[in-house]
Amino acid sequence: MWSILQKDLRLELRTKEALSGLVVLVVLILLTFTFALDPEGATAAGPAVLWVTLIFAGLLSVQRAFLIERENGSWYGLLLCPVDRGAIFIAKMVGNIIVLAVAQTVLVVLLMLFFGIAPPPALVAFLLANALGLIGFSALATLFAAISVRLRAREMLLPLLVLPLLVPVIICAVEASRILLTGGSATSAGVWLRVLATFDVIITVTGWLIFEQLVLE
Amino acid sequence: MPIHSRIAALADRVLPPATVLAMLAALWAVFLYAPNERMQGPVQRIFYFHVNAAWSAFIGFAVAAGASALFLWRGRASYDRLAQAAVEVGMLFCTMVLVTGPIWARPIWGTWWTWDPRLTMTMILWTIYAVYLVLRSMGRDDPQIARYAAVLAVVGLLDVPLIMVSVRLWRGMHPSVLASREGPGLADPRMVMALLVAFLTFDLLFLWLLRLRYEGLRLRDELRDLDALSAERSGSAAGASGLSEALRGGGLGVHA
Repeated sequence: MWSILQKDLRLELRTKEALSGLVVLVVLILLTFTFALDPEGATAAGPAVLWVTLIFAGLLSVQRAFLIERENGSWYGLLLCPVDRGAIFIAKMVGNIIVLAVAQTVLVVLLMLFFGIAPPPALVAFLLANALGLIGFSALATLFAAISVRLRAREMLLPLLVLPLLVPVIICAVEASRILLTGGSATSAGVWLRVLATFDVIITVTGWLIFEQLVLE
Repeated sequence: MPIHSRIAALADRVLPPATVLAMLAALWAVFLYAPNERMQGPVQRIFYFHVNAAWSAFIGFAVAAGASALFLWRGRASYDRLAQAAVEVGMLFCTMVLVTGPIWARPIWGTWWTWDPRLTMTMILWTIYAVYLVLRSMGRDDPQIARYAAVLAVVGLLDVPLIMVSVRLWRGMHPSVLASREGPGLADPRMVMALLVAFLTFDLLFLWLLRLRYEGLRLRDELRDLDALSAERSGSAAGASGLSEALRGGGLGVHA
């Protein structure tokens, strides 16, 4: 697993293809929201903008993890590796998390600047909410990206597959961010974080176990 | 004759007339036998359809999830067909729930739609299984599509409790339009009777539709295998594929 992750990250660091595109995309979606929203109400919409931006930008980028393997014709080589197929899933998922985490950091900083949001007092809990939301999204999106890359109309199909099942992440991450960004304490956001963490565990474990079924030929 | 095909043959004979009879009985029970509800008036009668359609939809989705899990485990094509048939029939009933609900809600609640947990949940379920059907139609030519669809159904099943919890919490945090939502006030035993008759009718209809769709999918698969076989034997291919073309054109309606 580590070597797959290592090679993906090295590839990304050398080309910076996914990351540069993703960061610019995040900035552009954020700008679009800024223009579209009423400046008065923009601060209240902050948490919603944060997660909608991340999810849509993320949906466009997670398929890359599998696309590069197919384009380079290395997918079968990867499958022939004497490793558990679940490890391929975890490696691709962690790779997506790392790339998206960079974009998310840029996003959060810019959001606070553009929308005039003060850094939350419960900073650790806010970071935790972001991390848990990101893990949940990446687990689900990576799993279904393995399906969508192999079908026609993949750009259309991935959001269709992911968005309905992502409802818990959207609700819990937005609510937790809202509570924490408006100065709430970590305990008041606790219930949302617990549901998020449960989602992360269930989807990651399911993905790890079920991924085998998606790569059988 | 193996036992399961004997059951299937029996079902094909019994289900259609039983469903039609039950439907007539249900129409009589719902519109003539059951009394008007005191507060809501005749509008309440839609609940005999609404509630039972919801039951059939949830049974359909449960069957689909179970069959999908079995398919991933055992890999038998019949489980996959059962899952797809159950999703299709479940979607039909789920759509019915989403249509009849607002018709009732408008005069009683004064609004077509609210984001009550139960309504939200039904809507999300509908979208999940709509995507299931889209996935199946998009990947029709992919030999792996059955497995992808099964993975979606299984992940969906595991996700449903989480969606339920978060939707409940989410509504709990917001002011609700309605303090509480009461089911049909079944004060009168005749209402209970009508509900039971309608329940039976919907279950029979569900089984019959499921059986029809399953058979349709089975014939489709059989036809596909025949096509593949005839393509293999290139000498006699023309005759055999001509046969399957004729079957297809003959309006069997199995190539949905």
